[in-house]
Amino acid sequence: MSKKLLTEHFGVQGIDQLPVYKQHGGYSALEKAFKKTPDEIVQEVIASGLRGRGGAGFPTGKKWSFIDKKSGKPRYLVCNADESEPGTFKDRYLMEVNPHLLIEGMIISSFALGANLSFIYIRGELLYVYHILEKAIAEAYEAGYLGKNILGTGYDLELYCHTGGGAYICGEETALIESLEGKRGNPRIKPPFPAISGLYNNPTVVNNVESIATVVPIINMGGEEYAKIGIGNSKGTKLISACGHIKKPGIYEIELGLPVEEFIYSDSYCGGIRGGRKLKAVVAGGSSVPILPAELILKTEKGEPRLMSYESLAEGGFASGTMLGSGGFIVMDETTSIVKNLFNFTRFYHHESCGQCSPCREGTAWMEKILHRILHGHGTLKDVDLLWTLQKNIDGKTICPLGDAAAWPVASAIRHFRAEFEDFVEHPEKYQDVKHYFNQIEDKQLA
Amino acid sequence: MPKVTIDGKTIEVPQGTTILQAARMIGEEVTPPAMCYYTSLKTSGGYCRTCIVKVSKMSEANPNPIPKPVASCRTNCEEGMEVMNYTSPEIIEARKGVVEFLLANHPLDCPICDQAGECHLQDLSYEHGSDDTRYEFERRKFKKIDLGPFIQLHMTRCILCYRCVKVADQLTDHRVHGVLNRGEVSEISTYITTAIDNDFSGNMIDVCPVGALTDKTFRFKSRVWFTNPVSAHRDCEKCCGKVTLWYKGDDVLRVTARKDKWGEAEEFICNDCRFEKKQTLDWTIEGPAKISRHSVISANHYEKMVEPSLFKLNDIKPFEDQ
Ligand SMILES: Cc1cc2nc3c(=O)[nH]c(=O)nc-3n(C[C@H](O)[C@H](O)[C@H](O)COP(=O)(O)O)c2cc1C
Ligand code: SF4
Ligand code: SF4
Ligand code: SF4
Ligand code: FES
Repeated sequence: MSKKLLTEHFGVQGIDQLPVYKQHGGYSALEKAFKKTPDEIVQEVIASGLRGRGGAGFPTGKKWSFIDKKSGKPRYLVCNADESEPGTFKDRYLMEVNPHLLIEGMIISSFALGANLSFIYIRGELLYVYHILEKAIAEAYEAGYLGKNILGTGYDLELYCHTGGGAYICGEETALIESLEGKRGNPRIKPPFPAISGLYNNPTVVNNVESIATVVPIINMGGEEYAKIGIGNSKGTKLISACGHIKKPGIYEIELGLPVEEFIYSDSYCGGIRGGRKLKAVVAGGSSVPILPAELILKTEKGEPRLMSYESLAEGGFASGTMLGSGGFIVMDETTSIVKNLFNFTRFYHHESCGQCSPCREGTAWMEKILHRILHGHGTLKDVDLLWTLQKNIDGKTICPLGDAAAWPVASAIRHFRAEFEDFVEHPEKYQDVKHYFNQIEDKQLA
Repeated sequence: MPKVTIDGKTIEVPQGTTILQAARMIGEEVTPPAMCYYTSLKTSGGYCRTCIVKVSKMSEANPNPIPKPVASCRTNCEEGMEVMNYTSPEIIEARKGVVEFLLANHPLDCPICDQAGECHLQDLSYEHGSDDTRYEFERRKFKKIDLGPFIQLHMTRCILCYRCVKVADQLTDHRVHGVLNRGEVSEISTYITTAIDNDFSGNMIDVCPVGALTDKTFRFKSRVWFTNPVSAHRDCEKCCGKVTLWYKGDDVLRVTARKDKWGEAEEFICNDCRFEKKQTLDWTIEGPAKISRHSVISANHYEKMVEPSLFKLNDIKPFEDQ
């Protein structure tokens, strides 16, 4: 088993309560942090090599160093807890089980950034987690970890938890900021980036829940020590939410660099494929990243074992690789219909597109309609080509990455499973079960 | 003053100039089409993606290309920047894709649309689109909505360029106009369909690139190409009072702002001038208005527009909900 930095105390009864959290070393990182200057903390995080856990993998310390400290404007830290990507459910679990870990990370990070007002923007559907966080925040205020003159240091921090309305797009950092300001959650056109002009047009850092929580162990052990865990430019541990046709779905904290094969088949992790079936495909980092067939997820094109790391998963580019993304690991066995799965993903992106830019607004809807037609047995070979060109026309031409996220699953499914699509349109009768499933949902979804 | 090169033509522009503005300074031959950007409306642009270009060299300091196409209306010029627009086959293809998306749900019922003849979407599809549509599904339809006594909204023709939203935000005092829903079913709305009652609301009609927002006092009075545009002005206490009058015979059928070469209003006008002053006596006549590229009586331009090859006949269905 690999190191447990975030989930170490997850099994402890009552860890969501401050006294228990403190008994297990909680808030010691905060006290340590207060002995450093804000810039020293930023340096620790840079040294740790931590990369954003929200999907894009941007180095967290570097992002922090971009924040505009010169203008003298107020600065904000916003925690992105909007987790809504299909297949990703790690942040929810972390906040639910150990809310103080996030709060401690928020205080340290806010201090490092010189923010006196910070927010946790949580997905609306996670209302019960919101209540858990509110309770923990109240405890932290009570204990003097939040509010004015924290622990006598003279540093003030107000922390608010804010629920969204349940839109995936509000996880995109600038849409999140708009939503937090009380507006419609439309992504902004960049530049300017939030580090210069974010919330209320002031310098803002948006970080994922897991990124912020990881600051706690980094301060506890020191950035350099943290950087010894992992492989290459993939430092530390990562929460992976594994689901699909595996024996043991759930949240696993892995050391980056773990072989994918071990992760899928070892009893310490997923425990292999359910019912002893064969592995067919994996979506390794949440629904947006390219799907890979079994042979390419276990080994790279060059025949090297594929590892759970930013670099190894991306090896081969989009032709034969994928991305670590947010860590939503979706495993599909041989009984899975790639076509049906793609319809499901595409339906999601259509539903969640904010509709600002034409390629994403029209393209996601169009692709869903074509897949709908294919699933109903009315597809043609031309439809497969049409899907291919439509995704190409969306990819890279939109305001925010949701357009790309909608295009990549289509591109990769056709790239690696074209034969299955062709078989589907030529012999739809073979896929009756799919049609049955589809008929059940369609009345509700496609009015 | 950064120097930027677009399609091989170099120009020096003031700091903060966008690629689109620089292209317009060079000339039409390098200028990408822009369906949502509007110079006088802050934060407009970025939505339609028709103005995308390829930045093959970011700047002198950073000579790398930008990997993805950028919206030229929202990207600033840098010293030494090199941009490809019509010289990039990739961009021409990509733009075709964007036009196809814009038209995917568009009725293209130009023969019964009041905007025909001065519609930027017609021009766009003619100049930058392909001559066939691959969209075979039912197109979305909306009921027409009256926005007060003067303006009608027909969402079916809207391309969600957000210009009218910016007008409501920036020109009128109370915003009662915005976007409802999301994705493909987004719609422009006043939410409770109450009247938009504001001195400058009529400018929405002028900024709308398509036939989604139209002048109710003019609707179906005449095809625009049967009217004569005349420049005129009056002393107005609310606005500049500089307008174009559209005559048929001796009657002023409508009043609009004056449009520049790019189809943008030179100065916004008030509702009094637009809707209430329809007598020649109200105005000092200056003479015939010059016809902008995107307007009306570039007559043979229009004739090409309705070539049957462009619109499949069965696309042109009258709407039941009229
Ligand atoms: C459509 C879309 C949805 C996103 N949803 C989330 C999300 O739910 N949680 C998250 O942390 N990041 C999400 N992101 C990424 C954020 O924009 C942002 O990059 C991230 O919060 C940065 O945090 P990090 O640097 O700590 O990873 C999303 C991005 C896009 C384009
Ligand atoms: S890519 Fe999609 S979600 Fe993002 S801004 Fe454009 S329409 Fe909205
Ligand atoms: S808005 Fe009217 S004139 Fe313009 S393309 Fe659409 S139907 Fe034709
Ligand atoms: S109504 Fe006209 S101006 Fe408003 S968003 Fe639609 S197309 Fe643009
Ligand atoms: S004009 Fe630039 S994106 Fe619309």
